Amino acid sequence: MRDVAIVSFAQSSAAFEDERNEVEILLPVVQDAIADSHLKRSEIEFTCSGSSDFLQGQPFAFVMALDAIGAWPPIKESHVEQDGAWALYEAWVKIQTEDVDSALVYGFGKSASGDLPEVLALSMDPYCVTPLWPDMDSVSALQARQWMEKNGKTERDLAEIVQRNRRNATDNPHAIQKGEVSIEELLAEPHIASPLRASDCAGKADGASCVVLMAGERARELCERPVWIRGFDHRVDPAALGVRDLTTSSSAKIAGEKAGVGKDKIDFAELYAPYSHQEPILAESLGLGEDVLLNPSGGALGAHVLMSCGLQRIGEAAQRIASGKADRGLGHATHGAALQQNLVCVLEGE
Amino acid sequence: MADPVKSIVTPIQLTYDFTPGVAASKFLHGLANKKILGGACPQCKAVIVPPRGSCPMCAVATEEVVQVSDHGTIVTFSIVRVPSDNLDFELPYACITVLLDGAGLPFFHVVQGCDLDDVRMGMRVKAEWVEDDQLETSISSIKCFVPNGEPDADYETYKEHA
Repeated sequence: MRDVAIVSFAQSSAAFEDERNEVEILLPVVQDAIADSHLKRSEIEFTCSGSSDFLQGQPFAFVMALDAIGAWPPIKESHVEQDGAWALYEAWVKIQTEDVDSALVYGFGKSASGDLPEVLALSMDPYCVTPLWPDMDSVSALQARQWMEKNGKTERDLAEIVQRNRRNATDNPHAIQKGEVSIEELLAEPHIASPLRASDCAGKADGASCVVLMAGERARELCERPVWIRGFDHRVDPAALGVRDLTTSSSAKIAGEKAGVGKDKIDFAELYAPYSHQEPILAESLGLGEDVLLNPSGGALGAHVLMSCGLQRIGEAAQRIASGKADRGLGHATHGAALQQNLVCVLEGE
Repeated sequence: MADPVKSIVTPIQLTYDFTPGVAASKFLHGLANKKILGGACPQCKAVIVPPRGSCPMCAVATEEVVQVSDHGTIVTFSIVRVPSDNLDFELPYACITVLLDGAGLPFFHVVQGCDLDDVRMGMRVKAEWVEDDQLETSISSIKCFVPNGEPDADYETYKEHA
């Protein structure tokens, strides 16, 4: 395996963008990431993006986003219809093939353009599930109920997860849902799909994030403390909800093992858990003990930009390690209904 | 065995709010005022029309708004012989990319007002706007392009776009 480091990370503040288009949101983020990498744009050999045309309602919208990259003279470029975390995986594999040494990866989403519950319903079985137009909150509520019953947990336990994430998000300038809130205040909210309340479901916002990767010795020249990718894997569970045990995540467990989560001490984990109850399901599936700090950035409950949130988890983790606050951690991303797909990236400081 | 189910009908319709963006909003407001507004690249100086907020070659913000002419040169064309639900041009008609005077990129429209056999690269055309009371924040404020009577443009002036 080639050593590959995250040498820079930039993100926009999650927001409801009713004036800027995707290119205008993305452009300053990409410029920041390139500037922080100390590379010239022309030195970056590969570009990969993650986004969903379904969010924008425009075919090939991802191609139009290249206006923010400057694909002239023509560049090597690829795209995944996924969170940017999967684009990072593709770029990492590309570097492993020794075809390139460096890569620019970005993810972006404008979640508010369409009726999001309807848009996301299209990601399910088109014959027997989508015609019922299930929304993700309801599907996740089924999972939350099962998890609570199995583990003897209550809605108070969910509220405590929300409280901690919002507290962690307090110092995160990019987060939206942050600050102190009492358990009583949270429990006083009405259910939207019991046992879930609005505060249990990560809000949807617009934004973008960008990572620059560099292989080998060059990474040490570019930054004070390169953050090395020590393991990287992603797995997918069956799409049919009835096939899976929703109270655990087989795909997260295997991805975590393959990425080598348990090989050494993990200081912290940035988990993309868009629903409160999914954080403990992921922590357990990944084998994270009590001593592992969860979502010091506030996680998805603090700021949730679809198609970027997973890349942001990895970027936040890299920044925490680069700053010296931690030595080894992981960034996680999920996609699909009730944690169907999971990606784990284990990071370690120099 | 029962008859096999060969098809089911599952209607899907999604409705979106379009966010054109800061730059394209200025362009669309310009059209409602019979003006064609682009964004100038501070680096390569090209005026991007329609603007999307960034120079696609240099990847820098095109913040300066520049008005370009509604006269231009046909860079390439095609004769269209199949109907489209959204266009009411009489078939066949000619679609073009037109490089407006002052613009750094050609854009797509339709030319009318001449025989199809006369449509050619280098032909000089001008925008034909809809009536003032029908102007709106839409590219359809320009009904079509028509020949402006000037002699053909020199190939050198548009060859990099051809």
